[in-house]
Amino acid sequence: MTQIDYARHAKYWLLQDFVKGFALGLKYMFAPKATINYPHEKGPLSPRFRGEHALRRYANGEERCIACKLCEAVCPAQAITIDAEPREDGSRRTTRYDIDMTKCIYCGFCQEACPVDAIVEGPNFEFSTETREELYYDKNKLLENGDRWEAEIARNLEMDAPYR
Amino acid sequence: MVEFFTQTGLGIGLLITGQVLLIMLPLLLCLAFLMYADRKIWAAVQMRRGPNVVGVFGLLQSFADLLKYVVKEVVIPAGADRAVFLLAPMISLVMALIAWAVIPFNEGWVLSDINVAILYVFAISSLEVYGVIMGGWASNSKYPFLGSLRSAAQMISYEVSIGLIIIGVIISTGSMNFTGIVHAQSGDWGILHWYFLPHFPMLILFFISALAETNRPPFDLPEAESELVAGYQVEYSSTPFLLFMIGELVAVVLMCALVSLLFFGGWLSPVPFLPDGFFWMFIKMLFVFFCFSMVKAITPRYRYDQLMRLGWKVFLPFSLFWVVFVAFAAKFEWFWGIYARWPM
Repeated sequence: MTQIDYARHAKYWLLQDFVKGFALGLKYMFAPKATINYPHEKGPLSPRFRGEHALRRYANGEERCIACKLCEAVCPAQAITIDAEPREDGSRRTTRYDIDMTKCIYCGFCQEACPVDAIVEGPNFEFSTETREELYYDKNKLLENGDRWEAEIARNLEMDAPYR
Repeated sequence: MVEFFTQTGLGIGLLITGQVLLIMLPLLLCLAFLMYADRKIWAAVQMRRGPNVVGVFGLLQSFADLLKYVVKEVVIPAGADRAVFLLAPMISLVMALIAWAVIPFNEGWVLSDINVAILYVFAISSLEVYGVIMGGWASNSKYPFLGSLRSAAQMISYEVSIGLIIIGVIISTGSMNFTGIVHAQSGDWGILHWYFLPHFPMLILFFISALAETNRPPFDLPEAESELVAGYQVEYSSTPFLLFMIGELVAVVLMCALVSLLFFGGWLSPVPFLPDGFFWMFIKMLFVFFCFSMVKAITPRYRYDQLMRLGWKVFLPFSLFWVVFVAFAAKFEWFWGIYARWPM
């Protein structure tokens, strides 16, 4: 004759698990919400957040990129395409700087590789488009991003600087 | 004027149509907000916000959903039996709605005050399973078929114990009329006369069986999304899907009404100094619905063999025993006759 576990049976018939679960559910009902009203409220982002790409400029308006093609070389997804030739004043600049955002894996290697902090991944992550073509970014688009997000990008780089 | 509505065929028809609409429209309107409440409660327990964009606090979410369902394309699978495929959700909804004909909301607020009301509700809720079975079969697809098979077995299993529980209440009352059952629960002491005290174990059993009967979690095996995708609803889209959803929810609210009529004294006031009325029925149904929602939020899904074990090896013997017990208690007036409350 096996021993009957009376405590277990009592718990089963008195629906102990259910009652406890109900109480816990009620408790959590009034707990602060873990979710936010996304389009109206946004969660905090790290200064290292890797979002949409941007090409930066110097304060005098000169573009930083010197077409060293390190980013193109390091890009694991081969999303970057660069063409370059000397400009009229003899400085080396890109004539073409394309990023295929559908290929990009947002690893941040381009940003790490860049010797002049020209290509960076900014804090913007809301750049969905309705067509695929719009995600093939060219140099103009990237420079535009740089102009638009420069303040945030500069602040993020400064905040992250002590840790690099 | 009065003769037109009570004597002529057309007048009687119009009167009944009016009464039907008087039940249906508020019911469906309440349903929209109950669906919203259900989602809100579910979200709150999981520390989410739930729908809060459409209208103030998202109150109009259900109407937005309704509009969305209605304007979508109705997709009928190539191999499906078209007629049965489209008939199934209609049956599901109609069966859920016609049961309301005998539910009293207040003294005399009932569409047809028949003597076998409880039997009628029981019969109709058995027919509800046909919508699910037909839907699953007509989809001509594997998941829906499995889902509908499960649903059939599950609903039939739990109807047995629901039937026995109801018999207990009937023995105690001596009437199958809901108004009679509610009257039997009235008395000078208000809440102490309701059936949930003498029939407390049966209240629990009835509630759990109602969960299984309406395919609510933790017994939502017919639409178990982890293994059957969505069960019998897989191939449904647009309005037919909406009909299934409404049908399911109407059945849930019907069960809320049954619990409050059978065990919580319907429209009776819990304390003697407050008047009885529709208000109490409404509050009680909301309370039971809240329990339904909470159960959905806090319980994990049963495995199929556990479900069957619970139905046949726990609920059935227990409710059968209870019927016998109540029969003796009512006959010989044990416990000061609390089990024998024939209406005066």
